[in-house]
Amino acid sequence: MDAKYARRRRANKIAMGLCWAAAAFGLSWLAFILIELIWNGVAGLSPAIFTEPTPGPGSTGGGLANAIVGSLMMTILGVCIGTPIGMLAGTYMAEYGRYEKLAGIVRFINDILLSAPSIIIGLFIYEVVVVPSHHFSGFAGALALAVIVIPVVVRTTEDMLLLVPNPLREASIAMGMPRAYMIMRIAYSAARAGIVTGVLLAIARASGETAPLLFTSLSSPFFSFDLGKEMANLPVVINNFAGSPYENWRQLAWTGALLITFAVLALSISARVLTREGAQR
Amino acid sequence: MTDMAVPIDASVQQTVRERSRALGSLKTADRIFHWLTFSAAVFVLVLLGAIIISLVIGAWPALSTFGFGFITSERWSPAKEIFGAAAPIYGTLVTSLIAMLIAIPVGIGIAIFLTELCPPALRRPVGVAIELLAGVPSIIYGIWGFFVLAPLLKETLQPLLIATFENVPVLNAVFAGPPYGIGMLTAGLILAIMVLPFITAVSRDIFQTVPPVLKEAAFGVGCTTWEVVRNVVIPYTRVGLVGGVMLALGRALGETMAVTFVIGNSHNISASIIAPATTISASIANEFQEASEGLYTSSLIALGLLLFVITFIVLASARLMLARIQSKTGG
Repeated sequence: MDAKYARRRRANKIAMGLCWAAAAFGLSWLAFILIELIWNGVAGLSPAIFTEPTPGPGSTGGGLANAIVGSLMMTILGVCIGTPIGMLAGTYMAEYGRYEKLAGIVRFINDILLSAPSIIIGLFIYEVVVVPSHHFSGFAGALALAVIVIPVVVRTTEDMLLLVPNPLREASIAMGMPRAYMIMRIAYSAARAGIVTGVLLAIARASGETAPLLFTSLSSPFFSFDLGKEMANLPVVINNFAGSPYENWRQLAWTGALLITFAVLALSISARVLTREGAQR
Repeated sequence: MTDMAVPIDASVQQTVRERSRALGSLKTADRIFHWLTFSAAVFVLVLLGAIIISLVIGAWPALSTFGFGFITSERWSPAKEIFGAAAPIYGTLVTSLIAMLIAIPVGIGIAIFLTELCPPALRRPVGVAIELLAGVPSIIYGIWGFFVLAPLLKETLQPLLIATFENVPVLNAVFAGPPYGIGMLTAGLILAIMVLPFITAVSRDIFQTVPPVLKEAAFGVGCTTWEVVRNVVIPYTRVGLVGGVMLALGRALGETMAVTFVIGNSHNISASIIAPATTISASIANEFQEASEGLYTSSLIALGLLLFVITFIVLASARLMLARIQSKTGG
C-alpha cells in the first residue's frame, strides 16, 4: 500500500514538474522574441522613421513614413469596406435567421474563412482584381484586407447580439417597434462594446497581415496617397528589407516590426479593456 | 385601418392616412434592412465560393497540363516549364508535423499549469499575456527566426544533432547534412513557437469547461492532481482538445510569413530535416512576383488550391469537433 502510494506521489511530482517545465520553456521563448524585438527595434527609433520615406538601395538613413501612411490607408479602407458587410451578415445570423438553416451554414463557412491561410486571400484578390485591372494597386490591397476583416466582424457581431437578452427585444417589439428599428436602436446599443471590440480585433489582424499584400498592393519606394497605384506598407517593407544586404534596411525592418507589434498589442489591449467595461456595466 | 366603416370626419381621416403611411414606410425600411442583412450573409457564402472558383480557374492550365503528376512529381523547373508539387507538399507536411510534435505537449502542459498549478495571482496575467501573444503578426516571428533563431541553431543545436546521431542508423539520415541554419527544422520550430499561444489559449478554455464537481469528486476520493488531469479532465475534454489542435494545425499548414524567411526555398525532397526545403505557402510567397505569366503562375495558383483543400478539410473537421463539445456543455 505504502509503496503504491509513493509511486503515485512520484508520478504526480514528475507530471506536474513537466507542466512547470513546459510553462517555463514556452514562456521563455515568447519572452525571448519580445525582448529581442524591442532591443533591436528601439535602436532604430528616431523622428526620421515617421518623416522620411524608405531609402533606395545603397543609400543611408531613411525612414518608414510612406509605408506607415500606406498601411494606415489600406487598413482603414479595408476595415471600412469589411465592417458593414460583416456586421450585416452577423445581424442576419443573430436576429432574422437565428433559427434558419442558412445561419448555420454561414457560421460554418465563416469559421473556415476566419482561419483560412491568408496567402490564399492574396491569390484570390490577385485573380479577381489585379489581373483584370492589369496593375497592382493599394485598392487591391485594401480589398484583400477587407476579406480578412469580414469573418472576424461577422463572428463577434453574431456572438455579441446573441448575448443581448430576449426580453429587451420582446419589450420593444411589443411597443410596436419594427424589427429593423429594434435591432438598430436596442440590440446594437446593448451589444455596442462587444461589436466595437470585434472591429478593433479585426483592425489588429488586418494591420499585421503580410501575405495578402505581397501580390496585391506590392510595395513602392515613393510617398503616395494614390490608391490606384502600387502602395508601400509596413509588412511588405519589413519582408523586403529583412533579407537585404544593407545594414540600414535591416534596421528599418526591425523598427517596422516593433511599430506593428506595438500597434497590434495596443489595439488588442484596448479591445480587452472595452469588453471588461462593457461586462461591468 | 382602412376597413373601419364608422363615419369619421376629415381631420381624423387625415391622421389615419398619415399614420398608415408612416407605418408603411417603417415596414418598407424593415424589409430593406432584412434584405440587406440577408444579402450580406449570402455574400459570405459567395465569397468562399468565389475564392474556390477563382483558384480553380487560375490553376486549370497547370492542372490540365500535368494532370495527377502535378501532385506526385518532385521536379520544379521554371526554365523548362515543368512543375511538380511533391516537394512543397512534403515540406508543408513535415514542418507542420515538427511544429505539432513540439507545440502540442508544451501547449497542453502550459494549459494544465494555468488551470491546476499556477498561483491564482499569476493566473490572469499569464493567461492574458498568452492571449496577446496569439495575436502577434506572423511576420514578427519570421524576422526573429531569420535574424536570431537560424544563426543560433546553426551554431548550436544543428551541429550537436548531426554529431550525436552520426552513427545511429535511420536517425543519421534524418539529421544529415551541413548545418545551414535555415531548413525544415528551423521552420518547424518557429511554427511551434507561433502556434503555442494558440494551443494554450484554446486548451485552457476547454479545460475550464470541466464541471468543478467532477474534479472535486476525484480529489475527494484521493486522486493526485496528475490523476485528476489524466483520468477526468483530459477524457472529458478529448474531443475539444483534438478540435483545438486541428485548428492550430490548420494555421501551421497555411502559415506563410513565419516560414518563408527560414525554409530555404529549395524544391527538393530530403530525408534530412536539417536540409533546406520549401512549403506550399513559401513557394507562392517567394516566387509569385517573379513568375512569368502562363504555366508558372498557374502552377503557383494550383499550389494555392491544394493548400486550400488541405486546410479546408482540417479546419472543417476541427470546427465539427469543437461544435460537439460546445453542444455538450451547452455553451
